[in-house]
Amino acid sequence: MSLLEVHDLKVSFDTSDGVVKAVRGVSFSVDRGQTLGIVGESGSGKSVSTQTLLGLTGGARIEGRALFEGQDLLTMSEDHLRRIRGKEIAMIFQDPLSSLHPLYKVGRQIVEMIRQHEPEVTKQQARKRAVELLGMVGIPQPDQRVDDYPHQFSGGMRQRAMIAMALSLNPKLIVADEPTTALDATVQAQILDLMLRLQREFDSALIMITHDLGVIADLADNVLVMYGGKPVEQADRRSLYYRPHHPYTKGLLESIPGSSGAKDRLKPIPGQPPSLINPPTGCTFHPRCPYIMDRCVTDEPQLRPVLDADGGTNPNHRSACWLPIEAIGLKPEAEGIRQEAVAVGRTTATNITTQGAEAQ
Amino acid sequence: MSQSGDALVKLEGVYKHFPIKQGIFFKKEVGRVHAVDGVDLEVRRGETLGIVGESGCGKSTLARCITGLHPITKGRILFEGQDIGRSPGKAFRRDVQMIFQDPYGSLNPRRRVGSIIGDPFDIHGTASGAERKRRVQELMELVGLNPEHFNRFPAEFSGGQRQRIGVARALALKPKLIVCDEPVSALDVSIQAQVINLLKDLQDELGLTYIFIAHDLSVVRYVSNRVAVMYLGKIAEGAEGEELYERPRHPYTNALLSAASVADPDAAEKRERIVLIGDVPSPIKPPSGCRFHPRCPKAQETCVGEVPVLIARAGDPADHVTACHFPVEAGEHLAREQAAIEQLSTEPTLPSA
Ligand SMILES: Nc1ncnc2c1ncn2[C@@H]1O[C@H](COP(=O)(O)OP(=O)(O)OP(=O)(O)O)[C@@H](O)[C@H]1O
Ligand SMILES: Nc1ncnc2c1ncn2[C@@H]1O[C@H](COP(=O)(O)OP(=O)(O)O)[C@@H](O)[C@H]1O
Ligand code: SF4
Ligand code: SF4
Ligand SMILES: [Mg+2]
Ligand SMILES: [Mg+2]
Repeated sequence: MSLLEVHDLKVSFDTSDGVVKAVRGVSFSVDRGQTLGIVGESGSGKSVSTQTLLGLTGGARIEGRALFEGQDLLTMSEDHLRRIRGKEIAMIFQDPLSSLHPLYKVGRQIVEMIRQHEPEVTKQQARKRAVELLGMVGIPQPDQRVDDYPHQFSGGMRQRAMIAMALSLNPKLIVADEPTTALDATVQAQILDLMLRLQREFDSALIMITHDLGVIADLADNVLVMYGGKPVEQADRRSLYYRPHHPYTKGLLESIPGSSGAKDRLKPIPGQPPSLINPPTGCTFHPRCPYIMDRCVTDEPQLRPVLDADGGTNPNHRSACWLPIEAIGLKPEAEGIRQEAVAVGRTTATNITTQGAEAQ
Repeated sequence: MSQSGDALVKLEGVYKHFPIKQGIFFKKEVGRVHAVDGVDLEVRRGETLGIVGESGCGKSTLARCITGLHPITKGRILFEGQDIGRSPGKAFRRDVQMIFQDPYGSLNPRRRVGSIIGDPFDIHGTASGAERKRRVQELMELVGLNPEHFNRFPAEFSGGQRQRIGVARALALKPKLIVCDEPVSALDVSIQAQVINLLKDLQDELGLTYIFIAHDLSVVRYVSNRVAVMYLGKIAEGAEGEELYERPRHPYTNALLSAASVADPDAAEKRERIVLIGDVPSPIKPPSGCRFHPRCPKAQETCVGEVPVLIARAGDPADHVTACHFPVEAGEHLAREQAAIEQLSTEPTLPSA
């Protein structure tokens, strides 16, 4: 059994516009020492799926199971969950200001975090640990900076302080939600290096959420790609980057500048993210998919194993798409299949392309 | 940077300092933010000049100086050979437009899109009534927005579409130069590509000149003909795009490039990351000599005392200029030198858990 096993998680919110189906059946698992990347554009349900595990989506309707060391996080008491949160599972958010209290010194916040979960630790011991942790995440002169307020730190330093806080109790699982999206590439590199080093050191499990496949190329062991609240592809890192199957994954990889040769025209994914109140029928991605076929509009594809590099099917590489399981890779194999798919779905495709063109 | 080509904009020794004042009645100047600190730069007609650098190094301030939004402290900015001086004229305000980073913050949420895009017509009194509406709808079509959405509010558009609204507004007066300050940084990768393609198409169609500011190096590489790297208010290196990316000479450029993410596991694993120590120092008291010296893996005594000049270095093409006493040579491994320094200084010891 893995450290964390999430089975068929569904989360929805009642809003004045209707029911927002933010997460529509997601399963994943992660073990100590492992990194799982969750990728998708904004609104695809990345944050909701992980925040739900920690009881942070108040007012949501939740279905499914999330077993952490065998215990279901979704049904346990608020008290029990509070003890796990921070101590066993730590969370790092995109905007560190939202989770650091502006009116308290950084050090004091770490001290309180430690003492809340380990009441036997004295203030002095906790402070000493706070200084060590700040030093460990690369804050210069940690013995002095420990008494700074969050606003006295730069964006990168705040994010490092957040990481220090997350690590203060040596958690078994760290969930990092776009931890570097707001930061410079240089600082991003520092933080990612740091997280990787610390994760190895503490042998914790790491879930890294991002909208940019570039960020986790050398970090994730496994990757889960989400679209419109659903998992569309799941694979080990190498299969996902070098042998993608789902057209959305391919679209994400191809829209990164430099992915398709130096100065070729970029290949954006046309159109806009789907509505989660009235998601498209059949395959959620069909209004934007260049490979669309007739059945994509009516039948919903489920995750299924696709072709492995050595010719068999790969149970660990799964894609929710009606294209044949051989439709692997960006080019050139995919091109042939694309012609075929377009021919098959011509009537539907034309309708939809015009809609798509209007939407973009 | 260099002298050749048909210069649309030319910056000569441009400084922009923000005074820091204290005191209640008699505000006394107690210091200055050296946001832009002596920049020479040339933008050629029809090209895209990329500007990269870390947060706080002065990119936006420089952009605002060029568009006339900030009066400069010292130096000259020439637009088509004319000194725009301290108060740029009406023609200049029409010819130079800006696109901002935040597609949410830069649009008034209570105004309809049509009137936002048509603002420049009112300000410059160039079109009104039905004519104004027709031209706004033309602009919407040009940037790929549905002209029927003329009466919608910004909140009814997605991030990528809102950035298109910003582009349409910038195009209203048929400008010659558009300064784009982080135009795609707030967008998802897949939507980023849509906006970048749009900017490129418009450039081809309308013969626009762009200054394109971003901290994402791969985006800048993709859009730019020439690239300037900024560090603490100064240009550290400038060159034709491919030249800069393939043969970076300044240690800072090398560090920036090595930090960029790549969506390719093999390449990502093989790359040697030069992890810079710490953050950009305060622009209130920039370090002496070469401003990069406290973070530079190659720094020596000379770097602390002498400011390096921005010139072409031995073996480089004339328009590849580098401000460094000890430029990086081909085959040099900065990452390894850095590792040695880092372990001596800041490598922290892990506490026993
Ligand atoms: N109006 C102002 N008053 C005082 N200081 C300012 C002002 N505007 C900018 N600065 C300072 O000037 C420096 C350069 O800022 P600028 O906004 O140009 O950076 P930037 O390179 O655009 O950064 P980013 O990548 O974060 O947008 C910073 O230290 C900033 O705090
Ligand atoms: N508390 C809430 N009430 C209503 N809708 C919500 C709430 N939280 C998130 N959502 C919606 O759920 C969807 C998924 O959100 P999120 O998981 O934050 O996406 P992301 O993949 O960007 O992290 C979005 O449409 C978002 O607007
Ligand atoms: S081919 Fe069909 S099933 Fe596959 S992603 Fe496209 S629309 Fe969905
Ligand atoms: S001048 Fe010296 S400190 Fe500055 S970049 Fe060159 S080697 Fe480094
Ligand atoms: Mg999110
Ligand atoms: Mg800026």
